[in-house]
Amino acid sequence: MKPGTSSDLSTSGDRWWTDPRLRPGLVITLGLGLLALLAPVIAPGDPAALGSAADRLAAPSGSHLLGTDLLGRDVLSRLVHGSRVSLLVGWVSVLVAVLLGTAVGLAAGMGPRWVDRFLMNTTDVFLAFPRIFLILLLVSLTTPSLLLVMTVLGLTGWMGVARLVRAEALSLRERDFVAAARGLGLSSWRVATGHVLPNLLPTIIVAATLRVGSAILAESFLSFLGLGAQEPTVSWGSMIQQGRGYLLDGWWLATFPGLAIALTVLGYNLLGEGLRRRLDPRGGREGRDE
Amino acid sequence: MISWLARRVAVSAFLIFVLLSAVFFIVRLAPGDPMDQVVEENLGPDDRELIRRQMGLDESLPSQYLHWLAASSRGDFGTSLSQQRSVGHIIGEALPATLLLTVTAYLLHLLLALGAAVAMVARPGRSLDHWIQGVGLTLYSLPAFWLGLMMIMLLSGKLGWFPAGGMHAPDSRYLDWWPWLVDLAHHLVLPVATLALGSFIGTARYLRTSLADVLGQDYILAARARGLSERRILFRHALRNALLPMITLLGLSLPFLLGGAVVVEVVFGWPGMGRVAIEAIWARDYPVIMATTLVSAVTVVAGSLLADILYRWADPRVRHTERESA
Repeated sequence: MKPGTSSDLSTSGDRWWTDPRLRPGLVITLGLGLLALLAPVIAPGDPAALGSAADRLAAPSGSHLLGTDLLGRDVLSRLVHGSRVSLLVGWVSVLVAVLLGTAVGLAAGMGPRWVDRFLMNTTDVFLAFPRIFLILLLVSLTTPSLLLVMTVLGLTGWMGVARLVRAEALSLRERDFVAAARGLGLSSWRVATGHVLPNLLPTIIVAATLRVGSAILAESFLSFLGLGAQEPTVSWGSMIQQGRGYLLDGWWLATFPGLAIALTVLGYNLLGEGLRRRLDPRGGREGRDE
Repeated sequence: MISWLARRVAVSAFLIFVLLSAVFFIVRLAPGDPMDQVVEENLGPDDRELIRRQMGLDESLPSQYLHWLAASSRGDFGTSLSQQRSVGHIIGEALPATLLLTVTAYLLHLLLALGAAVAMVARPGRSLDHWIQGVGLTLYSLPAFWLGLMMIMLLSGKLGWFPAGGMHAPDSRYLDWWPWLVDLAHHLVLPVATLALGSFIGTARYLRTSLADVLGQDYILAARARGLSERRILFRHALRNALLPMITLLGLSLPFLLGGAVVVEVVFGWPGMGRVAIEAIWARDYPVIMATTLVSAVTVVAGSLLADILYRWADPRVRHTERESA
C-alpha cells in the first residue's frame, strides 16, 4: 500500500494496547461481555419487578438511576439484562453467517470451475435484494422468536464473507506452498482445509468482528418492530419500541437503550477496524456491504 | 462490450426471475393467510370460499404460479388483497415518495462525504482528521431508527422546528405550489438527515483513500512545482480524478439506501415502498409482496449492472482482466 493512505495511521507503537482503535474497542466489548455474563449480579434490581403506582414512568433519580418504565420496572436493570440478547444474537448470527460464507467461499475458490460459477451465481441471487426486505419477509412468516432472528440474520448475512473468502482463496491457490501441498499428492479437500483455510483465518476473524455490530443493529430494529425478542425477554430494541410513545413524557425510555446499542456497536466496529489494521494489512477495501 | 453487456443483462434477468419465483413459493408456503386480514367479521365459510375463488387462492400452487407468470409477463401485477386497489396503483404512489427520499438523502450523503474527505485529507493524521473519523464512526454505529426517534424527540417535540412525520401537512392539498413545495421540503429534512448522517462516513473514507492516492502521484508534484496553491491542486487537479471511482460506488450504494429507507419510512411514517412492503408482508398480501420484491430487486440489480458498465467505461484495464473475475 502506498504511503499516505489510511492504513499507515497506526505506525506508532507496535503493541496492541496502544492502538487508538483496539484499546477502546477491547475495553467496550470485553466490558459488555462481562456485563452480559454477570447481568443478574450487576443489575441493581429485578428487570421484571413491577413498581408501585407512584413508581411508574418515574424520571431518573437516586432510587432509579435511569428511571422506570410504564409498569414501574427499573430501566437500568432492564438495560443490563438487555445486553444478553444483543450479544447473543450478534455473535450467534455472525457465527452462522461466517461458517456458511467460509464454506461457500472456500468451495468456490478451491473447487472446479463449475462449482465456482454455480456458487457465485447463487451468491448474486442473495445479493440482488436489499437484505432488510429478505429479513423482514422471513422473520415475519412465523411466530417471532430470537432463534428465528438469529437463523435468518445468519442465512442472509453470509454473502459478503463468501466473496471475501473466495477472492482470498483464489489468490492463495496460486502460491508456492499450495502448489507444494498439491505436489505432495494431498487431496483438494486436504489442501483447502489444511493449508488454505488457516491462512484465511485473519481475514475471517476481521470480517466476523466487523459484522457483529451490524447484526446487533439488525436485531434491535427487528425487536423494535416487535419481530424479535418477546416479553418477558428484555431487548434494547423492544425497550425503544415501548418508549416510542413517550418521547416527551419519558425521554429516558427510548434514549438509554439506544445509547447502549450505539456503544456496543461502536465497540465492535472499533475492535474490527483495529484488528483489520493489525491482521489484514491489505484489507482496507472492504466497507459496508448491506 | 456489446456481447458482454448482453450476457450480463441476461444473467441479471435470470437472477431476478429465480428470486421472484423463490419468494412466490416462500410466502405462499409460510403459515398465515391473506384471508385473515381481508375478510370482515360475520362471514360464513361459504363466503370465505367465494372470496378465495375470486382471488385465485383456491387453485393449486403450480397453477397459481403459472397464472402469476403469465400475468406479470404482461406487466399485470394484479390487485392488492388487502386494499381493493391495483398493485400498479399502489406502487405508483409509493415509488416516487421513496425515490424523493433516497435521492435527496444520497445527495446530502455525497455532500457530507465530499466535505469530510477533503477536510480529512487536507491534513492527514492530524486532529481534524481523527475527529471526523471518530464522529463518522459513531454516527455509523447508531441505530438509524433510534437516531430518527431522537430527532423527532428533540427537533420536533421539544423545539418544534420540524414536523414529526408524514410527507405533507394535513391541509397541503389547499396550498399553492410554492408553499406546497416548502411544506414538502420541511417534512423531508429529518428523514433525509437521518439517512445521510448515519451512512456518509463509508463514502468519506473511500474518497479519502482515493484522494490520498491521487495526491501522491507525479502530476500533482508537477502542479506543486509549477507553484499552484494547495487549494487549487486539491480542487482542480486531485478531486476530479479521485471522484472517478465514486461512480461505481454509486450503483453499489443502492441496496444500502433502499434498506435504510425502510427503517426511516417506518419511523417517520413516510408513505414509500418500505412501508408498503412491510404492511404487505404483515397482511400476507401476495401480489403486493411480489411487486415490491420485483421493484427492489430490479433496482439493486440495475445498480450493480450500472456500476459494472461505468467501471469498464472508466477503466479500460478491467476489460482485459475480466476473465479471472467472471
